[in-house]
Amino acid sequence: MIAPKYTNLLELHAMRKAYPGCLANDDIDLDLRAGEIHALLGENGAGKSTLVKMIYGLLKPDAGEIIFEGKAVNITSPAMARGLGIAMVFQHFSLFDSLTVTQNIALGIGQKHDLDGLSEQINAISQRYGLPLDPQRHVYSLSVGERQRIEIIRCLLQQPKLMVMDEPTSVLTPQEVEKLFVTLQRLCDEGLSILYISHKLDEIKAICHRATVLRDGKRVACVEVADESPKTMAALMMGEELKTSSKRVKPKLGPVRLQLDALNMHAPDELGMALKDISLRVHGGEIVGIAGVAGNGQDELLQAINGERLCSSAPMVQIDGQDAGQMSVSQRRVIGLSSVPEKRLGHGAVPSMSLLDNTLLTAYERLGLVGKGWIDHQKSRTVTEQIVSEHDVKATGLSAPASSLSGGNLQKYIVGRELQQQPEVLVVSQPTWGVDAGAAQNIREALKALAKKGAAVLVISQDLDELMEITDRIGAICAGSLSSFYATDTVNYEQMGLLMAGAQSGELAAVS
Amino acid sequence: MLQLIKRPSPSKAMVYLSPVLALLLTLCAGLVLFSLMGVSPMAALKAFFVTPISTTYGLGELWVKATPLILIGVALSLGFRAGVWNIGAEGQLLMGGIFGGAAALFFYEKTGFYILPLILLAGILGGLFWASIVAFLRTQFNANEILTSLMLTYVASLLLSLLVHGPFKDPDGFNFPESRIFSDSALLPILFEGTRMHFGAIIAVLVSLGGWLLLSKSLLGYQIKVMGDAPDAGTHAGFSQKKIIWIALLLSGGAAGLAGVIELTGPIGQILPNISPGYGFAAIIVAYVGRLHPIGALFAGLLLALSYLGGETAQIKLNLPLAVTGVFQGMLLFFILACDVFIHYQIKPRSASIA
Repeated sequence: MIAPKYTNLLELHAMRKAYPGCLANDDIDLDLRAGEIHALLGENGAGKSTLVKMIYGLLKPDAGEIIFEGKAVNITSPAMARGLGIAMVFQHFSLFDSLTVTQNIALGIGQKHDLDGLSEQINAISQRYGLPLDPQRHVYSLSVGERQRIEIIRCLLQQPKLMVMDEPTSVLTPQEVEKLFVTLQRLCDEGLSILYISHKLDEIKAICHRATVLRDGKRVACVEVADESPKTMAALMMGEELKTSSKRVKPKLGPVRLQLDALNMHAPDELGMALKDISLRVHGGEIVGIAGVAGNGQDELLQAINGERLCSSAPMVQIDGQDAGQMSVSQRRVIGLSSVPEKRLGHGAVPSMSLLDNTLLTAYERLGLVGKGWIDHQKSRTVTEQIVSEHDVKATGLSAPASSLSGGNLQKYIVGRELQQQPEVLVVSQPTWGVDAGAAQNIREALKALAKKGAAVLVISQDLDELMEITDRIGAICAGSLSSFYATDTVNYEQMGLLMAGAQSGELAAVS
Repeated sequence: MLQLIKRPSPSKAMVYLSPVLALLLTLCAGLVLFSLMGVSPMAALKAFFVTPISTTYGLGELWVKATPLILIGVALSLGFRAGVWNIGAEGQLLMGGIFGGAAALFFYEKTGFYILPLILLAGILGGLFWASIVAFLRTQFNANEILTSLMLTYVASLLLSLLVHGPFKDPDGFNFPESRIFSDSALLPILFEGTRMHFGAIIAVLVSLGGWLLLSKSLLGYQIKVMGDAPDAGTHAGFSQKKIIWIALLLSGGAAGLAGVIELTGPIGQILPNISPGYGFAAIIVAYVGRLHPIGALFAGLLLALSYLGGETAQIKLNLPLAVTGVFQGMLLFFILACDVFIHYQIKPRSASIA
């Protein structure tokens, strides 16, 4: 072996990128040694994605220098990045559902390929790195973890020197995460360098060697992961100690406020998920969590409870003892149901409309903002002012369009709008997805406070940590079916992972 | 190569100034056009934009032409806001004319204050009927309303022609394809002596104000805006998409039908094979020049009306072809859409940063 002439595979010097109104990257330096797993750590909005997009040629830096294998390079396109030996696994996959694994990979590589030969190559790589995948399967039939494997194999086929992974575990069950880490470790042992983007500290602790920490577009530190604890890294990432969350005490259970009884509903379209025999009770004062990997029926469940699609029989959804399965969204809201959908812009709020107008969207009935068909703009302004001040929503004004707010602030506003109506039952999906840690903490505390006042709260989330922290009972949704529910303090992550993968309660007993 | 990049926040002032800018650009292009045609540009522009409104009679004519444009333009603005692309208002106008005209003939030589309202109502029903076909096909079978409304326009036009050549034909009319002249109690009152400006102008202004109230102050108007901008958010809030589609189409159908019967009972006074010089299509331009705002449609309606009058004057005084009217209307729409593109996007040389 000839020792390479460089110690750092990739060096970034003073990388800078400004967007209108925000400096996303402010003179960021980074050095990545050959053969290391290097973490790029930071909260949402810290500038991680911008930085890697410049490395991969998706964005042009305003200033700065990229040195790859000891030579200064000007990466102008993803194709050029791939040519240099830089591959990237995105958070959101770009796959065609109706094509097979092999066909998808052939498309991604872009050259003419003999598909049979490619299938063999895929098989070889998948066995070598512990990435089980059948090349002939169609993508629509694959789990999210398997889809991610396609993206990884697509990268590995190009024999990269550096692989960039953007939040790779956000869509995986704990078991899938473990398998992924084994693969990454093996790749690293063979000399591949990995730039691993995440805000999950325990993962970084588990597999990364060093970590570059970003905050508000600036590099704050580069640390040896072995010398740090998750707590010290969190302090670097956030710039302050995180408020410790209030301890969840055993709630005083009230009557059942939300009950689902053998709820069946066919899928809205070919890509949707049918709901199968869903039964669930949520008592007043209680927070119940539904874990699950995205696309397993969470959206459909929320829509069925909210009334965006009607049930085939009224008792399938019961709110405070009333059969609501065939009530309209408005009727359900009047008797006390509120909901926060996963998608904020375009589902929870109208992007082009001001906060003032967005308040009307779901609050006009319960807060009396409309009388005889005419809008009471004055009252709606008062309500909006309350939401913004009580939930610390940062916006340029009440007339700012919803699309101008950051994800965290918009979520605080939407959750605040529902809480302002003092709902008896609140269903919320992904309450803190893409929200910075401080805002997430506020939202979780607000949910706890609502339950304490006697409301029933149902939280649907992919974030297991969050569910473990705030819920009293927990279960999982998989392929449109609900698992059994358990008191949250009696289950561990491993068991939850099995539930998320569709295990029955019998199999769970074996683990505990 | 150049590329368009979305501006983070388009200038508010420019959004409202863009119709003015488009008008100026249309005038400039008009200067070039007239010079190429060998006409003195200044004389042509004067004939187009000044002469028609330099007399009281001319101002009255402006309102006569503007009335149907405003009525339909306001209603189309509401529909477009809801994301319902009814471009067949012309057909709904013709149906309004057919129904209203039939009512007027039914009440021939009768007198009574109740006759005119009934005729107007019949016209509205005709437009509603035609638009409801479009709404039914859209909500029931998800048939594209752009296609169905446009195709129904041709059906309405042929139906009108059939009726004027048949049952509606004046029995004492020497076989001309025209109906009888309506009796006096079937005609809209004239507002000012010496002009043709009729009561319809007041209706148009009221409809414009009503549209503004509906859109800015009512829950229904709010629902229309939400459904146009973010239908999923509307569904989440419990608004019915089907209901909004029906309402948007019925509003524009009713308004177009009213415009049709107002044309018959106002300036025309009988049923002819051609009762509209394309008001239903020009109203699409009115809606956009008016920034999809009901009050904006009022002013835009007057502007487009001027282009009709100007075209006629230019034809008489300068021997220009009638097509000049259409060219001017087309240029106006073209420039306003172009201005909108540059207000919402900026042009940059294409760089490597293609996401």
